[in-house]
Amino acid sequence: MRQTSIIDIISPVMAGPSSSHTAGAVRLGLLARNVYNTKPDKVTFKLYNSYALTGKGHGTDKGLLAGILGFSVADERIKNVFGTPEANNINYEFEFLEDFNRHPNAVDFIFEGGLKMSVSGTSIGAGEIVLTKINGFSVNLDGKYNTLLLVYDDMPGVISNVTGIIQEDNVNIASLHCDRSAKGKTASMCICVDGELSKNCLQEISDLKDMYIVRYIKKLED
Amino acid sequence: MENTITTFRQLYYTCKETNKKIYEAALDYEASKGENTEYKVRLQAKKSLDAMKSAIKTGLCSTESSPSGLSGNDCDKLQKRFKDYGAILGSTAQKIMTYTLATSEQNLRMGTIVACPTAGSCGIVPAVLIAYAEDYNITENDQINALITAGEIGRIVSVKMALAGAVGGCQAECGVASAMASAALTQMRGGNIKQIINASALVLKNVLGLTCDPVCGLVEIPCVKRNSFLAIHAVTASELAMANIISKIPADEIVDAMEQTGKLMSPLLKESSQGGLAKTKTAIALEKNILG
Repeated sequence: MRQTSIIDIISPVMAGPSSSHTAGAVRLGLLARNVYNTKPDKVTFKLYNSYALTGKGHGTDKGLLAGILGFSVADERIKNVFGTPEANNINYEFEFLEDFNRHPNAVDFIFEGGLKMSVSGTSIGAGEIVLTKINGFSVNLDGKYNTLLLVYDDMPGVISNVTGIIQEDNVNIASLHCDRSAKGKTASMCICVDGELSKNCLQEISDLKDMYIVRYIKKLED
Repeated sequence: MENTITTFRQLYYTCKETNKKIYEAALDYEASKGENTEYKVRLQAKKSLDAMKSAIKTGLCSTESSPSGLSGNDCDKLQKRFKDYGAILGSTAQKIMTYTLATSEQNLRMGTIVACPTAGSCGIVPAVLIAYAEDYNITENDQINALITAGEIGRIVSVKMALAGAVGGCQAECGVASAMASAALTQMRGGNIKQIINASALVLKNVLGLTCDPVCGLVEIPCVKRNSFLAIHAVTASELAMANIISKIPADEIVDAMEQTGKLMSPLLKESSQGGLAKTKTAIALEKNILG
């Protein structure tokens, strides 16, 4: 059974015109920004299908960029984001593509800079979004929980070590999602938690052997 | 789990047994789920209400066209008409129609609005709620209570069906917005629990099958004007409900019918812009002009 709250029904306050194509785009950008976690030199946005086709009219391109710049869904600057000092401060490019194997409202963010990273996401309706891939690893990040994202060397015991550290922090795990490129190669873990992970806990996890990416991605607040 | 409220029937009996208004029962239930205290819900309602008022205010004074150029000056036209000729439905209805267009046009200009429940249907609840509140001197606190009442109606429908045109057609967006508006209005008019739920039921019963076939895939045609129609629809339902006219089919069964209708509706008519109005000769011509 779906569980929504009254707050979901009477919000968010947002820049129009579309929950999926505008607010959803901003939220995808915000979440992808948190995943990349540092200022990129360049971002390429690849918009697919309905996002590509009706994106201009819905300000999807503006929304995605605004999210990357850290604007909230209600930010008055979204409409004129291309002219803002924040936007002039990074390089960006849009590609409009068709791929019917992808969701109607799909986007890829290609970040370049100190670290190259690709993040894919979809807008699934009513402003709800989900990031589905990070550097080719499948993930399931919807911005509703504080989430720990890890990329590491695939070997026995990592999941147990990590969840053990989280347990010591007395934090409950809401969901755990794992993927890997191949046996013994790199693997990824997405752990959604109730509450907050402490600095110590995050440090302890970062200190584990062969962790490549450790990101603590805060839930999205509108 | 005990004491859940996922149907209108449960809402009705909870209110009856505890002798509470819908918004009180709704606030209790939100709090019981853990995350949303009464303070938090009221704060969001106040924030949303303020944003609704500000969108109306800005929208009333603007004739800026949408990025597509398809719309943007209808609110202005309506205001000019009403200056010389009052609406036959009366001054509050006149205000409701005008406020709806003001908000919906702000939405397509990428102005700030409240998705209530969605962006495409953002004009309906604010117009009905605020126009009535202004004309009948409803306090801010009672406006917030009315908005929470509306939110509870939308929440209960959303338990069974996603409030998205892609899932249920426009019945799930403007239709549900209208049911919410009708509940808010009936609450402000002093309607009882039964009358409020009935008002929502009457709205939903009369939007079944409403498709989502926007021209060029944009939230403009027919969405902007449809907001106005469904705002008045909400008023009709409230009038009937206040006269104790009962929907013979109970609200929960109407929601079931609505969900089934959404499932039976062709995907061509659910926010894909591949059928209906979106594939008319004129719509195809507009599409060529706008999307290139």
